[in-house]
Amino acid sequence: MTLMLLRRAIAGLVTLFALLTLSFFLLRAAPGGPLDRERSLPPRIEAAIAAQYHLDEPLWRQYVRYAGDVLRGDLGPSFQYDGYHVSDLIAAGLPASLLLGALALALALPLGIVLGFTAAQRPGGWRDRALTLFSMTGVSLPNFVVAPLLVLVFAVTLRWLPAGGWRAGAWQDVVLPVIALALPQMAYVARLARAGMIETLAAPFMLTARAKGLPPRLLLWRHAFRPALLPVLSYLGPAAAGLLTGSVVVEQIFGIPGIGRYFVQGALNRDYTLVLGVVLLYGALIVLFNLLVDLLYGWLDPRLRSA
Amino acid sequence: MRAPTFVLALVLSCPSAWATATEVLRIGNGPEPETLDPHRVEGVSAGNIVRDLFEGLTAVGDDGAPVPAAAESWSVGADGLRYRFRLRDDLRWSNGDPLVAADFVRGLRRSVAPSTGSHFARMLEPIRNAAAIIDGRLPADTLGVHAPDAQTLEIELEAPNPTLPALLAHPCAFPLHADNAAASTTAFARPGRLISNGAYRLADWVVQSHVALVRNEHYRDPAAIARVHYVVTEDIHAELQRFRAGELDITAEIPPLQAERIRRELPGALRVAPYLGVYYYGLNLTRPPFAGAPQLRRALSMVIDRELLVQKVLHGLGLPAYGFVPPKTAGHVPQTPAWSAWPLARRIEEARRLYRQAGYGQDRPLQVEIRYNTHETHRRIATVVAAMWKQTLGVQTRLVNEEFKVFLHHRRLRRDTQVFRAAWMADFNDPMSFLGILHSAHGKNDSGWVDADFDAHLAVAAASVDGERRAEALAAAERRVLEDVPVIPLYVYVSKHLVAPRVRGWRDHPLDYHYSKDLTLADSQEGRG
Repeated sequence: MTLMLLRRAIAGLVTLFALLTLSFFLLRAAPGGPLDRERSLPPRIEAAIAAQYHLDEPLWRQYVRYAGDVLRGDLGPSFQYDGYHVSDLIAAGLPASLLLGALALALALPLGIVLGFTAAQRPGGWRDRALTLFSMTGVSLPNFVVAPLLVLVFAVTLRWLPAGGWRAGAWQDVVLPVIALALPQMAYVARLARAGMIETLAAPFMLTARAKGLPPRLLLWRHAFRPALLPVLSYLGPAAAGLLTGSVVVEQIFGIPGIGRYFVQGALNRDYTLVLGVVLLYGALIVLFNLLVDLLYGWLDPRLRSA
Repeated sequence: MRAPTFVLALVLSCPSAWATATEVLRIGNGPEPETLDPHRVEGVSAGNIVRDLFEGLTAVGDDGAPVPAAAESWSVGADGLRYRFRLRDDLRWSNGDPLVAADFVRGLRRSVAPSTGSHFARMLEPIRNAAAIIDGRLPADTLGVHAPDAQTLEIELEAPNPTLPALLAHPCAFPLHADNAAASTTAFARPGRLISNGAYRLADWVVQSHVALVRNEHYRDPAAIARVHYVVTEDIHAELQRFRAGELDITAEIPPLQAERIRRELPGALRVAPYLGVYYYGLNLTRPPFAGAPQLRRALSMVIDRELLVQKVLHGLGLPAYGFVPPKTAGHVPQTPAWSAWPLARRIEEARRLYRQAGYGQDRPLQVEIRYNTHETHRRIATVVAAMWKQTLGVQTRLVNEEFKVFLHHRRLRRDTQVFRAAWMADFNDPMSFLGILHSAHGKNDSGWVDADFDAHLAVAAASVDGERRAEALAAAERRVLEDVPVIPLYVYVSKHLVAPRVRGWRDHPLDYHYSKDLTLADSQEGRG
């Protein structure tokens, strides 16, 4: 077990390093740079800013410098946010993203599983058809449609909740963004849970259990429950990493100071260090969650324990 | 009252707690400000905040002309080369320290020093030695700015320049406190550290959420509104909803497609005013088909129906442009090509003649590409322009959209571009702010236009002490632009804000400057919807 963890940790670090290298050079390959603006700068001033960010050095040296800084835990200064370090920006934005992501996950996961399992009990029944409708809608309706709809109904018309903004600690600010984040995830989890359960119920060991005369409730929640969760679980690693690092759409619509927007804005502004910072964070979370998922696999499916 | 009704009433009355915040002015301010360092400010959103935090020698009045601010008066020598500004009595910084002329000297020197990395340093080039300092040929302390005593500031110019007082209203000319100057670059522009001299001081800054300002009690004439929140609003639709929910008092923008609905549903809240900005198509004159083809360029400009464009695509949120300098620019004599007054049918007829003259026709149509940065409005405009060209001249147009930085890169290279989308907003209220970018040596001249007459007119204007002579030279320069058509002006921008009824004192402004100190809040919350 310890050996496996160690091996996985080393593999994870290698993956992150490869991710860093690839992202670094891909970003630099994009035309245009952080200093390209609508207003061009006088040459000396542009040179001064370029020197400040070491942009005047050859690319390989910039890479070596950056990789060294990252190893020392320094993600460098942001190009767009003048005078801010990338680590400051992430530290400032992460709590909001983590809170929303965790709450959305806590809402989407149990509800999605219950919905999916309920539907799987009688495939084709009215519950199943209702769920299919819900999950298809949930999966295909993008955030940028759901979020404004929520705002229109609950903030503009009913005036129950704020339309946006973020006051640390105010529960009202959390409700709508969490629902907007959770809905598509819930729908997706429900679909996976349903498929997993239908497949499990048809498995030979379930036939045995049924032949023994076990009541349906026990069959479902005791014998089929864990194996049916496997598809949900494989989805969970990347989904959790995605949710916890924020969503650019939800953050922009609700005016939430999270880190989701940095992926998109950073790339558009050619804010090299900021993009690399959030990519590294996202990569690290994926590696971590995939490891957790693999550990959970062993718990859910005895066949995988020896592996 | 029965219990359930009572509970319901309680629940429903709750939201007012966040929907109304009487003592705070909440302004939707667009994207996150990139900095609050006055000398490094670049974008509109940062400029808005910095103008509340700091005060220059001058400010920009409602008519766009410079008005006294930290300076109570100024005079200029007979040669037009020496300005003398007299500061008001008893000016103070937000920490209570006296504000002296040397603080302005410090700010101006910092702005032009290349190491500061100011985006607007070039604006100060009229000041003696500024250009050489920006180019790194002279040290910053050789700048022609002196403080003979605490209340007097002298500015020497390279050449007479009547626009100097207007330039000094810009953040790049704002003063700097000695303690802030001692800090390493830009790190001082944070709550608790920034010392400012304007009507407000910096209280809080939550990146991607808001910047909170509180009234500066040391300001010469303390503002009426105690707190101002500049809220980051990146999504214009979400901003509109937040305004409708009563969470914002002023918006940065409105979604153009919603203009009609807003006029209907929020009557009186929409404030649209001409803005000193022009939207135009640049033509790459360094390559075919536009190199050496003025007839073709003129023909393409003539057949664009700007009125239709503004009405149908912009929903009235713009003004048709035939000249390059927006009509409201100070000291500007509006210039338009003679054909702009013709009926469209005659314009098309003449354009067809020019088109044929340039060697094109039905059997040999012009094939051209319009390049723009990815944006819904730009796409719609390009589509309509391409349709007008096709209908009237038979031009075959290809639309190419690119992500903004890629687009800027290509535009600057002048290698792949033919027709490219462009826009320019005034840095200061003067025709030179627009015409200057078409000068053959200007870094923004993405058309690659080189015209000796035009450059000569600008040189005459730059050396004129006499206002009338200067205006005439600038008008002649603009006429050259309209004759030779290196650019096709399409429309003049308007500022478009929603302003809540409780905000009083809002006035339309040609540069879209709205100093919070000039606003007040009415207590009543009526009339919101």
